[in-house]
Amino acid sequence: MPARARSPLDPPLSFRVIRTIFLTLLSGFVLLPVYVMVTSSLKPLKDVAGQFRWIPSGLTIRPYIDIWHTVPLAKYFVNSLIVAGTATVCSVVIAIFAAYAVSRYRFRGKRLFTVTVLSTQMFPGILFLLPLFLIFVNIGNSTGVALYGSRGGLILTYLTFSLPFSIWMLIGYFDSVPRDLDEAATVDGCGPLGALFRVVIPAAVPGIVAVAVYAFMTAWGEVLFASVMTNDATRTLAVGLQGYSTQNDVYWNQIMAASLVVSIPVVAGFLLLQKYLVAGLTAGAVK
Amino acid sequence: MTSAPTTLPPDAKAGGRAGRAPAGGPRPGRVRRPGRLRRTALPYLLLLPALLLELLIHLVPMVMGIVMSFRQLTQFFIRDWSRAPWTGFDNYRLAVDVNRPVGEALLGSFLTTCLFTLLSVGLCWLLGTAAAVFMQETFRGRGFLRALFLVPYALPVYAAVITWAFMFQRDNGMVNHLLHDQLGLGGAEHTFWLLGDNSFWALLTVSVWKGWPFAFLIVMAALQNVPRDLYEAAALDGAGIWQQIRRITLPSVGAVNQVLILVLFLWTFNDFNTPFVLFGKSAPEAADLISIHIYQSSFVTWNFGTGSAMSVLLLLFLLLVTAGYLFFTTRGRKDADAR
Repeated sequence: MPARARSPLDPPLSFRVIRTIFLTLLSGFVLLPVYVMVTSSLKPLKDVAGQFRWIPSGLTIRPYIDIWHTVPLAKYFVNSLIVAGTATVCSVVIAIFAAYAVSRYRFRGKRLFTVTVLSTQMFPGILFLLPLFLIFVNIGNSTGVALYGSRGGLILTYLTFSLPFSIWMLIGYFDSVPRDLDEAATVDGCGPLGALFRVVIPAAVPGIVAVAVYAFMTAWGEVLFASVMTNDATRTLAVGLQGYSTQNDVYWNQIMAASLVVSIPVVAGFLLLQKYLVAGLTAGAVK
Repeated sequence: MTSAPTTLPPDAKAGGRAGRAPAGGPRPGRVRRPGRLRRTALPYLLLLPALLLELLIHLVPMVMGIVMSFRQLTQFFIRDWSRAPWTGFDNYRLAVDVNRPVGEALLGSFLTTCLFTLLSVGLCWLLGTAAAVFMQETFRGRGFLRALFLVPYALPVYAAVITWAFMFQRDNGMVNHLLHDQLGLGGAEHTFWLLGDNSFWALLTVSVWKGWPFAFLIVMAALQNVPRDLYEAAALDGAGIWQQIRRITLPSVGAVNQVLILVLFLWTFNDFNTPFVLFGKSAPEAADLISIHIYQSSFVTWNFGTGSAMSVLLLLFLLLVTAGYLFFTTRGRKDADAR
């Protein structure tokens, strides 16, 4: 490398050495399960059942074909997609309205509202799992609206999981959009909602994307409520993946293949949108 | 916030909004009436969906959970839980009586969770902060590393944890192969990772692996707000990189750390997904986190009343810790909640 003049901001050698060592070790730690997931998903069953090997003895794509038959993975996939997708859309819309109200209006009970919503963040899920289960069952018995075991019940539940954080982050984001902009819009003839849709939302797109990503990931990865609140028809991936272990065999290669397949949409989406997430966090959460 | 804001027209700006209907003219007091009514109702209408859902999914169940904790709620009363006999504080007595098996197990699980949370939050924070600080300067491959480090955060819990469960298998797992067969550590006998005392360390490893990128993300976001000039000025004054990190970088994430550590604490303490996927419905004693423990007391042994009492105790503990934490961390900061 050609020598260039060192600026006073260039870190010294000791810093760079320590940085390289630290980041290498950390990358190794992060990558280890990813490596195991990918390689094991390409191994024949006798290979994953025996002693672990770093390099597969023979590659096969068989697990990727078998995963769809061993359990109805496609059905679980569709269920997860419907549940997580709907929960995300609803959660983001509801959070936008709530955050707009908090950010742009003064009203009685505002502080109570923000404190209440935020404190639901700390409730242990286990505390309201059983009551919610009973409420859903009772609503079903008395009105015939099937919430327990249905996708609707799960959607309702999941969208409240991401709601507090989404509202909180969007309040911060909306606050950072200058008020002059939406006031100008109202002077130009927009109603308050017109100002929200024409000015505030477009200016807060990174924050909204960040919140949507968060909501989707929360719903896609939830296990506890999914395992209690679903039945055979509405099972999501979180529960469905357990179907690859039978009494006699654990199909580890298929489990790894299925894990990879269900991870790809979220990881790809997340990595594509991560710059929005960082920008959203910068403006919203970190103030 | 000033006192009694809603009895007055919100503020001068709101007047501008109202004045849009007629073109100019002196402020038409009476005509504005319906508009103002709509304006005062509007924020509540906007909040309504969020409020209703929070009520239905969080607050009503929470109140129900508290009521249920005073009843002897077994599987016989599930159909109509209001008929379950009222037992006063019996469930609580059972939960806190450390001389009897239920209370003793709960205390054990609580202490395990405390130690686990302390270690996990500490390590997550340390790794996340170190990585964010090291990656503040641009260098080749930084963008790639940043994306890579977010992968554990993005992976769905069950997919990531199930992979770790595979790696921790005794006979065909990667961990034992690496430690015993390749590095010769711990003798020739393979270790049980998902049973017995070692399960604590297995769980901790997975929890840190999954949790540290969140700390990284938040600290990294916070560091983007630190002005470059500060570093340049410090460097010109002769401060080395380590001094800059100590005097500029770390203090500037101080406020963020308060929120970050609280959130990490609450998430880790309540975490159900990780132990559930790693161990199933009943975790080994050494890794019996409180949420799994309560789940088991409720859904496996069918004693919902006791399970509810345990949940309420857990909530009280979390409230206490959070309130204390917020009190001590925000005491010095003026107008921390001026919004």
